[in-house]
Amino acid sequence: MQKTALVLGLLILALALVFTGCQQSAVKQIPDESNESGSEEKLSGSITIAGSTSVQPLAEELAQAFMEKYPDVKIDVQGGGSSVGVQSAYEGVADIGTASRELKDKEKPYGLHEHVIAKDGIAIVVNPANKAVNDITMEQIKKIYTGEITNWKQLGGNDAKITVVNREEGSGTRGAFTEIVMGKDAKFRDDCIIQPSNGSVRQTVATDPNALGFISMGMLNDSVKGLKVNGVDPTPENVVNGSYKIARPFLMLTKDEPQGVVKAFLDFVCSEKGQEIVGKEYIRVK
Amino acid sequence: MRAYERFIEIVLFLFAITAVLTVLLITFFVFREGLPIIFSEGILNFVASTEWAPLSGKFGILSMILGSVQVTLGAIILGVPIGVACAVYLAEIADKHIVQIVRPGIELLAGIPSVVYGFFGLSVLVPFIRNHFPGNGFSILAGSIILAIMILPTVINISETSIRSVPEEYKSGSLALGASHWQTIYRVILPAAKSGIITSVILGMGRAIGETMAVIMVTGNVTKVAGSIFDPVRTLTGNIAIEMGYAAGDHRLALFATGVVLFVFIMVLNLIATFFAQKAGEIK
Repeated sequence: MQKTALVLGLLILALALVFTGCQQSAVKQIPDESNESGSEEKLSGSITIAGSTSVQPLAEELAQAFMEKYPDVKIDVQGGGSSVGVQSAYEGVADIGTASRELKDKEKPYGLHEHVIAKDGIAIVVNPANKAVNDITMEQIKKIYTGEITNWKQLGGNDAKITVVNREEGSGTRGAFTEIVMGKDAKFRDDCIIQPSNGSVRQTVATDPNALGFISMGMLNDSVKGLKVNGVDPTPENVVNGSYKIARPFLMLTKDEPQGVVKAFLDFVCSEKGQEIVGKEYIRVK
Repeated sequence: MRAYERFIEIVLFLFAITAVLTVLLITFFVFREGLPIIFSEGILNFVASTEWAPLSGKFGILSMILGSVQVTLGAIILGVPIGVACAVYLAEIADKHIVQIVRPGIELLAGIPSVVYGFFGLSVLVPFIRNHFPGNGFSILAGSIILAIMILPTVINISETSIRSVPEEYKSGSLALGASHWQTIYRVILPAAKSGIITSVILGMGRAIGETMAVIMVTGNVTKVAGSIFDPVRTLTGNIAIEMGYAAGDHRLALFATGVVLFVFIMVLNLIATFFAQKAGEIK
């Protein structure tokens, strides 16, 4: 009997190992378009991209597609964080630095060339049965997540406790939400329900009339209601025109005017093909 | 012919060794990845702190250890009486026709994938608890109920087998002394089948503590020590499964360390349980 339970325990661990092992292998197959580019001159060279871990998966996918089109180009995508991305573009350590936020004031004098490749928007969602609350402010969202506001009554809704749903630590959506809504000092209340994906947050909110959560805008559907934030509807258009505030740009930064293979890559990212890849999970800018 | 026999023996030996090697390999790997961070954080900080904020370098998993214990205990409290009662009924009282209906039902229960249990819990059980009890439904209670259902097949099957294997003489002897059927079950058959029943409970515990998917979906996964059975908790397995997707660096190692704790946890639990099982065996 001891052995059986031992094996059981090991199996769980084995599964955990298997899944941890393949976290960086999700690369999609992109249709080959080499016929189109046959007339172009052959590109070769290498590009180093470093920076935001939020941009990293997207950058990797774009790089993969680009390398399939031009097999002689080698693109190396690294993480590090948005600040690292800005710094390495400025110092020339990387050909392209990435950031998942606007440049800070102290970074603006660097004179970097900014290329907005995508936008990432987060919708604040509630249960469709929650008819009274349709509009919320950034300040209120922050207070809900820090625990200052705990009842729908305080937002003009029914007298019911808010079930606050959060993502797990390390999640990119949670990271963006923290950055944009919570700011530096605010701490999440410690009794938020944690769900491990956009989908399960949505499912939780869809079944609990008193729940409030945040999901990536691409995941919005009829089972939940996206709230207006500061009076603005959560739509991709409002993210692109800048009126919806819980959004962030994905930037690719270069020190000088991009040239050669780097320019070709950035052009590819902004092309229909590149933006199609962007559009799978994020908001297109073109 | 002899060479052929020998060859088969060697093949079988290789297969047997593969299983053991796999176990050793996994154990080695998990401990190698997980132990360093436990030591660099300090064992006490790791297992006795409730503060889990891996991105800020805080790796306390006490709330999850307690979460695993609470949910499992709840499942045992709810599931074992039902399971044992069912086993007694099937082995001692039910006539053949009823057994033929009930047993396939139990087997079916064992075949349902855990994510289906979880989804059932999330869409039926959690809203039910939310509407009838305090809290928002995501709770120890929800996890325990789902797990109680999931361990039923294990508890019932093993208990029933051990009840059926009690020698017929015990039963006829008791009945001949004038004891009623229930008295015989209660005073003679159950005590005689004790070690088998305890085994079923241990295996049920193993299943409950190791279950991940169904639990994640209904317990709320909050890293805070629960004050009541209506509060949400996170289990050790849940912690690994929830956070592994994005974890990197120390965070990832901390998840391995969670695995180490789970490992040790299961071993200790089993040692205790085996000790009691042996004791029960001696009394018999």
